[in-house]
Amino acid sequence: MQKSSIKLSFTFLGGLVLLFILAPLLGMVFATPLTTLFSTAGELEVQQSIWLTIWVSMATTLVFAIMAIPLSYSLARYKFPMKNIVLGIIDLPIVIPHSAAGIALLGFISRDTIIGKITGIFGLNLVGSPIAIAFAMAFVSLPFLINAAREGFSSVPERLEKAALLLGASPARVFFTISLPLAWRSIVTGLVMMFARGMSEFGAVVIVAYHPMVAPVLIFDRFNAFGLKYARPVALLFIMVSLVVFVAIRLLAVKRKKDA
Amino acid sequence: MLKLNNISKKWESFSLKNISLNVDKGEYFILLGPSGAGKSIVLEIIAGLIKPDSGDITLNNANITELKIQDRNIGLVFQDLALFPHLTVHYNIGFPLLRKGIRKREVNRKVIELARSLSIEHLLRRFTPTLSGGEQQRVALARTLALDPAILLLDEPLSSLDVERKVDIRKLLRDLNRKGQTIVHVTHDYEEAIALGSRIAVMNDGAIEQTGTPQEIFSKPTSTFVAGFGGIRNFFQAFLSHTQDHELVKAELNGNLSIFLYSDDEGLGYITFPENGVIVSNSPSNSSALNSFRGKVVDLYPHRFGFEVVVDIGVKVYALITAESIQKLEIFIGKEVWISFKANSVKFIKSD
Repeated sequence: MQKSSIKLSFTFLGGLVLLFILAPLLGMVFATPLTTLFSTAGELEVQQSIWLTIWVSMATTLVFAIMAIPLSYSLARYKFPMKNIVLGIIDLPIVIPHSAAGIALLGFISRDTIIGKITGIFGLNLVGSPIAIAFAMAFVSLPFLINAAREGFSSVPERLEKAALLLGASPARVFFTISLPLAWRSIVTGLVMMFARGMSEFGAVVIVAYHPMVAPVLIFDRFNAFGLKYARPVALLFIMVSLVVFVAIRLLAVKRKKDA
Repeated sequence: MLKLNNISKKWESFSLKNISLNVDKGEYFILLGPSGAGKSIVLEIIAGLIKPDSGDITLNNANITELKIQDRNIGLVFQDLALFPHLTVHYNIGFPLLRKGIRKREVNRKVIELARSLSIEHLLRRFTPTLSGGEQQRVALARTLALDPAILLLDEPLSSLDVERKVDIRKLLRDLNRKGQTIVHVTHDYEEAIALGSRIAVMNDGAIEQTGTPQEIFSKPTSTFVAGFGGIRNFFQAFLSHTQDHELVKAELNGNLSIFLYSDDEGLGYITFPENGVIVSNSPSNSSALNSFRGKVVDLYPHRFGFEVVVDIGVKVYALITAESIQKLEIFIGKEVWISFKANSVKFIKSD
């Protein structure tokens, strides 16, 4: 009796939380006429902005993964001095305000810095370029990949790696045939999280690159200039596209895992 | 073939002390000892997973102490097997073979050949977590054998199996050894050690107490630990054959002494019976005991529970009797007595 009443109240409280998340989203769906949605989807500016957001975030995730996954493995396997400080540094982007992160990055890549000067020689201004967007996205989203992949590698029994060594495999082969496949599920989760976090980033991106506009900046821009009614269809469209992309990636990743 | 010279390794709470071993080619060598004795650590040092603080290891006269794990050509089957859960049985067995220079067809051929020899051919496409304990054990063996190791190290290979599987795998290991595979096998079970080992090293608290044949270890223990660990003093090599009329079998010792017992086995092995089951008397026993012998008392030691009397009946039999009985029977060294023990107190451990 007592148990079922507590179950009931937990269900009620849980339902409230779910409603809190879903209600605004559903409200947005019901407030947007289908015709408006279609006409917004037809706008070149909107299409370009969503496309830019997706490909920059995806490229960022893949390029940084090449460095981040080995780092995750090292963090999971090796003991080294000041490891806790390194772990703290990795979590830093989560706790600092993203606009502040944007300011920091801007100071790092603007024209009068060393990096800005070097790229300037090649006629490239980083500020306001897709590269700046990529930097901003990576800065705020890397912890998600590193932490998920680290968890994944930690859960691979070290004994399996030792067994592989004993069976004559080189350490590189052990990594690619044992550690990586066994941590794959967590790594994919990390990649998806990083990709999603990068796509949805506004605060850091808007400071290093207002133009070209990524979707979150476009939504803010429309809201600022024209108001809620004009920002809403773009927001809804962006949410829908994101959902489709994530579901597709998930399905693909799970399928690949099964095939392997 | 494999030599360990004064291997030592110190940790905070445990240390390995001057381990020296010598395993000959084709030998079935057993490391026997209670848990925590350091047996598995010795295996891991041989395999290269743990670096010793001092001492050296040679394999076929080459010093391998500093050699990388993957270059040692030593096979180790972990107690938990460490099968790769994301690979099929086929790829698990093929793992050591899938190296540069070996053709895929050749790999497949070898995998199937190994699987056939271990009777797991029908499991090749299964993933390892779906297999039973005995099947997993075979896969782990096949995978390690695919390496064609100079020496096969087994860490408690039978401990997780039920009795029936144990008999299967024991037979398998013995056959492997007969085909020439040198094996070092770690166990805490003295029956397993007797059944399989051609030589046994008894380990305790990070050191080797005694090395020798099963006969030497159990009938001539050089330390109280070794004597106590097996807990058996009455330990004799015997040949078992079935008798004509009843379910009893006859064990022949030294060709002239016959002891009766119950067993389904036949052939060469060892018999043991507990010291406290041996009755000493001054006249032939008129009890139901079938095993009754006349002999001379050759030794008499005080013991925790009275006295240990050693009676020579052709072999030396140990009996535990109380101090009162010693007085009542007037036992002294040199006296002729009768000893008897029940047929169902005798245990046979097959060794061939």
